Amino acid sequence: MAQIFHRSTNFISRFSVFSYIFMWGFAILAVLWAARSPYMTRQNITREQPVQFSHKHHVGDDGIDCRYCHTSVETSAFPGIPPTKTCMNCHSVLFKNADYLEPVRESYRTGESIKWIKIHRLADFVYFDHSIHVNKGIGCSTCHGRVDEMPLVFQANTLLMQWCIDCHRNPEPYLRPMDQVYVMDWRPGPNQEELGKEFARERNLRTTAELTSCSTCHR
Amino acid sequence: MTNASRFLFVAFAAAACVLAGGCRYLRQDMANQPKNLPLSPSDFFGDGRSERPLLDNTVARGSIAEDALFVPKDSNAFPLPVNQQLVERGQDRYKIFCSPCHGLQGDGNGLIAMRGMKHPPSFHQDRLRQATNGYLYGVITNGFGAMYGYSAQIPPRDRWAIVAYERALQLSRDAKASELPPELREKLNQSGTAKDSTGGQD
Repeated sequence: MAQIFHRSTNFISRFSVFSYIFMWGFAILAVLWAARSPYMTRQNITREQPVQFSHKHHVGDDGIDCRYCHTSVETSAFPGIPPTKTCMNCHSVLFKNADYLEPVRESYRTGESIKWIKIHRLADFVYFDHSIHVNKGIGCSTCHGRVDEMPLVFQANTLLMQWCIDCHRNPEPYLRPMDQVYVMDWRPGPNQEELGKEFARERNLRTTAELTSCSTCHR
Repeated sequence: MTNASRFLFVAFAAAACVLAGGCRYLRQDMANQPKNLPLSPSDFFGDGRSERPLLDNTVARGSIAEDALFVPKDSNAFPLPVNQQLVERGQDRYKIFCSPCHGLQGDGNGLIAMRGMKHPPSFHQDRLRQATNGYLYGVITNGFGAMYGYSAQIPPRDRWAIVAYERALQLSRDAKASELPPELREKLNQSGTAKDSTGGQD
């Protein structure tokens, strides 16, 4: 009786058994990778805003302090999105007839909100507080990246819990002198290791156990 | 492959697709709770906002206490004790809110003024040297000319800190050498030029 299968099918059958097992592994890895991909985290993705607002121009070229607009960043969980009046502080005079500022003028005339698109979005079960971070010396650019170089703001980091925890386990490398918190181009110096420890002690940073406790961020 | 394992394979592939790509479209009740975060949209109110616009004459809770810091325009009173801490706070706030137009030295040459905003008057002119504290406080609060009021951004205490710092800026260009503390006067004599002592550097 002739062989039904050719000899080469031996390899195919062995390969199938092998790949059947490994396929599961790859599939799991693929899911894990996908969850960390920019598609899910929205990292590095810019989005069109209702007004052509450029942080690069206002922060980078004009040198306006973050807190000129985000006034409540030092005192509350929410940094504050400026009311249209803050735009008009300058734009009642500067570029007052520019077409692309019409949505701003319209908002000021009518009292309707400008519907800015939120870029940095955390899950609702995360109770992030801006004030505690800036007041303990974590600078804006540590999390938000070089906003002064972003014509359209994008999320510079993943904002995954893993990313938060990395810093909460070991905040010292990121602690800045207090006058450098709002400086965009701060980089740790060679003595950051000692400085960070000193800052952590001076500013009464919580212990690692407390900083990584669930209820620090989740309630 | 048997039928059962083929079914398993298809089911798993489908599950993987949903997990990997479709999470955003699945129900995520914990991540998207039916609550309002600051400035989040809301379909409850007609205008789509969850933050409600203030009614006219609304008095914020706790803001009555700030009345104690109000000084009328024609009064030169200063309602807070002036110390190093207050002036430093004023310097900090001045840099954030005032320096874009008024400049770091208070001479009206801020970066925004350079870009075409009206040059504000220098703090070092006689009119503003003689202006009362209440007047300066009033201008920060309610604005003046092209300048809009800053009452929403700067709380009253900080406005007074800024007034204190503006006074320090004015003094930096209008002090008599004889009024300096001895060690500073000595420094002035050593440098030989009066310029170094009056520069408005902060």
